[in-house]
Amino acid sequence: MVPDHPTSDLAGEVRRVAHLARLALPDEEIPRFARDLERILAHVRQLQELDVEGVEPTAHAMPVTNVFRADEPRPGLTREDALANAPASRAGLFLVPRILE
Amino acid sequence: MSRAADVAGWTVAEAVERLDAEEISSVELAQAVLEAIGRRDGAIGAYLHVDADAALAAARAADERRSRGDRAPLLGVPIGLKDNISEQGQPCGCASRILRGYRAPYDATVVRRLREAGAVLLGRLNMDEFAMGSSTENSAFGPTRNPWDRTRVPGGSSGGAAAAVAADIALAALGSDTGGSIRQPASFCGCVGLKPTYGRVSRYGLVAFASSLDQIGPLTKSVDDAALLLSVIAGRDPMDSTSLDAPVPPADVARTAPDTLQGLRIGLPVEYFIPGMDAEVEAAVRAAIARAADLGAEVREVRLPHTRYAVAVYYLVATAECSANLARYDGVRYGLRVPAEDVIEQYGRTRAAGFGPEVKRRIILGTYTLSAGYYDAYYLRAQKVRTLIRRDFEAAYRECDLLAAPVTPTPAFRLGENVDDPLNMYLGDILTIPANLAGLCAISLPAGRTASGLPVGLQLIAPPLEEARLLRAAAALERAMGPRERPPRTEEAR
Repeated sequence: MVPDHPTSDLAGEVRRVAHLARLALPDEEIPRFARDLERILAHVRQLQELDVEGVEPTAHAMPVTNVFRADEPRPGLTREDALANAPASRAGLFLVPRILE
Repeated sequence: MSRAADVAGWTVAEAVERLDAEEISSVELAQAVLEAIGRRDGAIGAYLHVDADAALAAARAADERRSRGDRAPLLGVPIGLKDNISEQGQPCGCASRILRGYRAPYDATVVRRLREAGAVLLGRLNMDEFAMGSSTENSAFGPTRNPWDRTRVPGGSSGGAAAAVAADIALAALGSDTGGSIRQPASFCGCVGLKPTYGRVSRYGLVAFASSLDQIGPLTKSVDDAALLLSVIAGRDPMDSTSLDAPVPPADVARTAPDTLQGLRIGLPVEYFIPGMDAEVEAAVRAAIARAADLGAEVREVRLPHTRYAVAVYYLVATAECSANLARYDGVRYGLRVPAEDVIEQYGRTRAAGFGPEVKRRIILGTYTLSAGYYDAYYLRAQKVRTLIRRDFEAAYRECDLLAAPVTPTPAFRLGENVDDPLNMYLGDILTIPANLAGLCAISLPAGRTASGLPVGLQLIAPPLEEARLLRAAAALERAMGPRERPPRTEEAR
């Protein structure tokens, strides 16, 4: 069953989820997203009224499974092409802030 | 060219005919369309980027191919692309700040096929950011305007594509449809929009939004053009494992369709004529259905009882998939980067600065429903209800061959009317979303206008892979409803 979410907790939920999604939301944006989340969750809660016991989920619209191709090397993007859009690169590598001290 | 002013208003089929007859060259045609864009797109805002040099180079190449006796289905035909379809060397920013400066390093399969067919690619068409929206107001670069009434939205998310085709500043365009994003703008702008069966057209090179729903399709000035473009872009592609290996309807499937609909059973889903629907929209759609009956179709009511759950299912499935797909925008490999001391903070700041409010809203909802403890209650349950919606259609298609319905409950709404009410915006998609959830093919075609002059669309929905049936019926109806209407033209330089 769907857990109940008191409105007062939703701001906290938005902060938790924003962190999981790596979105550094400014504090002033939290109430609005909490309000939107509340309304949308209230709408989707109607799915609880349906009996879905024994119903298989539809993950894809068409019944396509186990699509294989020959495992052969093929040309792909060159290193130069792959790096062409990088905000920062050095020595043929993507450059990111230091992770280890 | 004495008829230069009308050139951009040609259908694809007309353009091919005149190019083949050497009444006009590909370069002249491309120049005329580029001039029309330059003169009139200031009033519409359909294009985010136009590369005239690339278009003219492609047109020159098409003229050379033709002079060698080469023929191809779209040889020299200028076509626009929604800004989420990769075209090598061109911007592909999905109307988002987070892809600022990004240029696609390869061609989408549909683009490769368009090039092989000789098409001349004009530029990048505006859209709701990452295809999330129904009005093109979620573009980071400002909205596109509806050519019929510039105070109104063109629909979305393929709003730039629909507006460009309707306003005769592209002969045709490719868009994408995840919950109605081809059909709804086609309906609002008075052009034809085809959402093919899920898997009919390769998604390789389409920037992913909701991978189990996304599908590329054409926006055109005629059903015949939609069939022609489908025949070029459809078919199995080893680069997309969800693409289907099935015979593609021939290019002339609409052109050669009989005028009669004798023997066709059309189902009217009673749930699609919803309370609160605009009376003029309902009247126009019912008149079009009466026309189908005049042509010999047998019309009967059918039931799709789970329709009322479709929007809820869609917003759970689509947001869950988008929250995963959009995790790749991290400021490392492409696009915007907002520098910070450590990488986690850099991700957070980059994504907060790069995504607009609607994209953030959907990432939040999707991450929430996929987060620990909620998966079964939300996402899994939605996927099960999706099965119930699919079964509704399977049952309906035992009683009929095609479904006919409105595309949207209202004609084009005003700019700004729904921006502060996301749920209301979502509910407007109730008549288009089910075809995506069930993987069906569907088309929107013009079915008259309201008293105030706004276009109304008729939606036909067919079972998976029945595009030939869909296009034949649409072609017969289009002929019966008379020639395409064109919006007023406003000169305003880009």
